[in-house]
Amino acid sequence: MWDYNDKVMSHFLKPQNVGEVENADAVGDVGNMTCGDALKLTLKIEGGRIVDAKFKTFGCASAIASSSALTELVKGMTIEEAEKVTNQDIVDVLGELPEEKMHCSVMGMEALQAAIADYRGEAPPDAEDEHEGRIVCTCFGVTDVKIRKIAKENNIKEAENVKNYCKAGGGCGGCLDDIQSILDGLWRGDEGSDDSASEGMSIVQKVMKIQEVLEKEIKPLLERDGGGIELVDIQGDLVKVSLRGRCAMCPTSHLTMRNVVQEKLREFVSPALEVEEVK
Amino acid sequence: MMSASDNKTIYVDNNATTKVAPEVLEAMYPFLTEFYGNPSSVHTFGGQVAAHIEDARAKVAALLGAKPHEILFTSCGTESDSSAIYSALYQCPNKKKIVVSKVEHPAILNLGQELERRGYKVETVPVDSKGRLDMERLEEMVDDKTAVVSVMWANNETGNIYPVEQIAEIAEKHGALFHTDAVQVVGKILIDMADSQIDMFSLSGHKLHAPKGVGALYIRRGTRFRPFLAGGHQERNRRAGTENVPGIVALGKAAELANDNIDFENREVRELRDTLEARLTDVIPVTRVNGDVDNRLPNTSNISFEFIEGESILMLLDRLGVCASSGSACTTGSLEPSHVLRAMGVPYTAAHGAIRFSFSRYNTMEDVDLICSELPAIVKRLRDISPFWKG
Repeated sequence: MWDYNDKVMSHFLKPQNVGEVENADAVGDVGNMTCGDALKLTLKIEGGRIVDAKFKTFGCASAIASSSALTELVKGMTIEEAEKVTNQDIVDVLGELPEEKMHCSVMGMEALQAAIADYRGEAPPDAEDEHEGRIVCTCFGVTDVKIRKIAKENNIKEAENVKNYCKAGGGCGGCLDDIQSILDGLWRGDEGSDDSASEGMSIVQKVMKIQEVLEKEIKPLLERDGGGIELVDIQGDLVKVSLRGRCAMCPTSHLTMRNVVQEKLREFVSPALEVEEVK
Repeated sequence: MMSASDNKTIYVDNNATTKVAPEVLEAMYPFLTEFYGNPSSVHTFGGQVAAHIEDARAKVAALLGAKPHEILFTSCGTESDSSAIYSALYQCPNKKKIVVSKVEHPAILNLGQELERRGYKVETVPVDSKGRLDMERLEEMVDDKTAVVSVMWANNETGNIYPVEQIAEIAEKHGALFHTDAVQVVGKILIDMADSQIDMFSLSGHKLHAPKGVGALYIRRGTRFRPFLAGGHQERNRRAGTENVPGIVALGKAAELANDNIDFENREVRELRDTLEARLTDVIPVTRVNGDVDNRLPNTSNISFEFIEGESILMLLDRLGVCASSGSACTTGSLEPSHVLRAMGVPYTAAHGAIRFSFSRYNTMEDVDLICSELPAIVKRLRDISPFWKG
């Protein structure tokens, strides 16, 4: 069990500002279903100042504590002040976090940045990191752009330590050499260019929407034939599902996948989605 | 602030480790105090201890329906596993293939990775959504180039029981040895090696109310064996190193108690598990029981509370003195959820919120009552915070 300090425990046991701000002026949705944490931050902004902040978090004790600390921290700040908040500021509110849990504070910072971008009508900065650049860590889908950003902000020089902040390299470990050369390059000063692209929907929104469409549109169709379906994972635009019941044994299940599941998800969620069957 | 120590400890993590039975402690105690002699010594003071080791060996054999000389004492389940696999590979220097299941304990899976680095080919048999082994794939994978097949007897996370006799036959057909990691089954279900085809299996003392630091390897009569540890002549030259006498005596006593309690495990302990599972899944919405419910250990329940994260659940249970474990990544320091649940294709939102309750004969219905009365509120509280929960 982790050795959390009293401050972390008190934010976990009595989290502040849980929920969603009504008619929010800014929404920041970040996280990743694979990794097991996600954060939705909603802000009320008046005259350029954050007057209310609320959160909803799926995650471990330190993720919940970091989210709670974040809302406490930013309430009353101007947008310009909030923009400068780093994950270290969140850690400072909590006193400390175990090294392996630093990514929880990073998630807080990313949610705040996403919310600010949303307020300004810009693309969420994190979406750029998530989707732009080359995927280095295939276990968690982390790109070189994101690794550089995290490393710069937290002064990380060793590949081993990156996983504590953004999980890259924490799965199979096959990309650690690659991460190290990115870090070496970064600290030598020859950064790769980072062009940006954007993604309309946040990850939490996407997960919710896909689950809803599976439940309401797709499951009833499959159930008519004695089958069923289950969502296994979402990685970017790749939706992994598993067929159940009679569908699982059906020799034409790939057609069901393409013509029913993928078709419906593209229709109701996003035309960019690809569906893959997991046996 | 209230801490776990203010509460009675409700220990439902018996697949992780178990309480040392008071009778076991009593049996081993003299060997930590007055009978400290070395069983290999010529003098009576030391030599007399050897008889107690043999007595323990006979008790372990009796629990397994095995012959005493088929039992080799080791330091733990992992040592037993490694000893078995390395020995099997040594016997067949021309065979470079090993077949294991995807849901093995790290004691086997990580050993497999190590062997791959040394040039062996390790094939992993997949499981279905209930964690049942794909026997067709296993049959395809095991061939004449296979040195050893190792599939656990029961899974530590789900409690699933695997058809080890059937797998042993498949292995034998191809001239491969069959080993099974049986640490979770010994003492929980009836084992009878009398007519078994299984060549080797591992067990661990601390899973059946003996202390940590002692294990055993069953090696079927006639199976060639090469020692893992070289050195002295202990254990008939098959495991060097001065015997862990108190541990071995404890394991013998624990085996004797397990033999007496096997019906209790399958009746009373099963009743506790079934009651907990029925009540929790009845009261708490959107749960799923992971594993093959019709074919699993009587003491294990693995339940996913969807849309919330396991570590948070465990932390809140811990404050009530309830000790359970989780398939969540966050509890272990690894970043990915349980490889067992992932192999089963359990959706991530459910895998992260999986909690394992594993009972022993020391649990009571009051334990079940307390968990059932407290957990619904814990789940609700975390779901109210979760962005994925729409309830």
